[in-house]
Amino acid sequence: MAPRPGFVRPDFMRPDFVRLDGVAMRYGEGADGTLALSGTTLRVAEGEFVAVVGPSGCGKSTLMRLVTGLWPVTEGVVTVDGAPVSGPLSIAGMAFQNPTLLPWRRLLENVMLPLEVVEPHRRRLRRERAAYEAEARELLALVGLAGFEGRHPWELSGGMQQRASLCRALIHRPRLLMLDEPFGALDVFTREDLWAVLQALWLARRPTVILVTHDLREAAFLADRVLVMSARPGRIIAEHAVPFARPRRMADTYDAGFVDLVHALRDHVSAARRDEEAVPDAG
Amino acid sequence: MPAEGAAARAAAVAAAARRRRRLETALPWLVMTGLFLAWEIGCRAFAVPAFLLPAPSAIAESALKWWRPLLQDGLQTLFTTAVGFGLAIVAGLLLGVAIGSSALVYRGLYPLLIGFNSIPKVAVVPVLVIWFGTGSLPAIITAFLISFFPIVVNVATGIATVEPELRDVLRALGARPLDIIRKVGLPRAMPYFFASLKIAITVAFVGSIIAESVAPNAGIGRLMMVASSRFDVPLVFAGLILTGVMGVAMYWVAEALERRVTGWATRGQQGGVAEAPGG
Repeated sequence: MAPRPGFVRPDFMRPDFVRLDGVAMRYGEGADGTLALSGTTLRVAEGEFVAVVGPSGCGKSTLMRLVTGLWPVTEGVVTVDGAPVSGPLSIAGMAFQNPTLLPWRRLLENVMLPLEVVEPHRRRLRRERAAYEAEARELLALVGLAGFEGRHPWELSGGMQQRASLCRALIHRPRLLMLDEPFGALDVFTREDLWAVLQALWLARRPTVILVTHDLREAAFLADRVLVMSARPGRIIAEHAVPFARPRRMADTYDAGFVDLVHALRDHVSAARRDEEAVPDAG
Repeated sequence: MPAEGAAARAAAVAAAARRRRRLETALPWLVMTGLFLAWEIGCRAFAVPAFLLPAPSAIAESALKWWRPLLQDGLQTLFTTAVGFGLAIVAGLLLGVAIGSSALVYRGLYPLLIGFNSIPKVAVVPVLVIWFGTGSLPAIITAFLISFFPIVVNVATGIATVEPELRDVLRALGARPLDIIRKVGLPRAMPYFFASLKIAITVAFVGSIIAESVAPNAGIGRLMMVASSRFDVPLVFAGLILTGVMGVAMYWVAEALERRVTGWATRGQQGGVAEAPGG
């Protein structure tokens, strides 16, 4: 599982890894519940990097929890790796806007937390601790945190904590990486640094990634494909393939093609927000 | 010379920090000495009779005279308090974890707990004596009853306030509820737990002494009842002060444990934010 960087297999060779078919999600009971998603259909190929953008409150985070099996769908089917999702999915790693590192653990122990939970690592951890630890160190080095393994999270800046949180999401070699606005709370410079970090991680490991974000430039910079969601109840209303070669550099974000793509995305999101204002309680 | 100036300034800052630390360790003793001095001077200046408010010197004299019963009863009270407190820690942790991690247990038990805690424990002691006689048991049970409630509430709060995202991360990995409690809930509840221990240990003494006063059998409570019935007020005060000293000693034990276990939660003085990539 180590394709060359920049190499993208043609579409016809790639089976769907994540599929949502006519998925609806309603919070609360009966008709007074809030409809967060409705008629959502999407496909993600194995190894693909997909970004989901949309107006706030459109059900992007709901999507994350449905795909990882944390919540059951109200209607429709979610399929991951050919099997319908019926419970939590340990082939997935997750990272959120809040890095949620454990303050009483050192960085290395924080990154290794999933190994204490996920089978089969959980059984092997005691015997093969050294190997696992080496892997965690390697991952930390990959995001620029070599030398910080023994620090506590509160000794680190927000950007560094988020890097560690990405490592924690990847340590058990998940085939699916779910990111819910992971850089939302960071300043612009740190955020752009972390785009490069995330791209490097993805190129090195090639998990399937679903990134939920508000930041259209972030979506365009990182993803192979950007999906735009409508206002609540959310469904996919537009899709843009991102043609730029990998690895992408910050300078590429000033290219006319990149800027045009971001504008196109912005138009879609603005349109979705206008629809929402026109029909205040859609759903 | 700017370099020399900087060095001198750094030395001055370090010296000021040292002075401050020294003051911090000395301060409790200074305050206590001051209080006793003012007390002594006040008693002498206004010629307060010893059966109203004995001067510290009179209390010390009485404590020296009666050191054997003071020691014996003090150890008895310390014993019942420590046993009751130990039981409260075990029961409080278990019940706190149950209440904090299950909404059902919370709904079912909380009203009962609140109601039970509102009952004055003085009123319970006679019942305990009817059930268990006048040995150490009523004092142990009273110390337990009075001190386990703050532990339950605090542990439950610590466990119930685990960040939902963190819970999601672990649940998505296939963590069982017990995993989440062990890896996240309990460590997270530790600062709350130790905060409650400091309250619980002090009220545990109250519990023991209440039981010993209502059903006088042994302990500081009985000693003070006997002394006050003989109008030996200096001895009553000696008992009170001994109780206070034991309370402070137990508090220190709890605090020392706390520093070892939850150093991460009180990180005020340790170095600043590390410099590194990522802002």
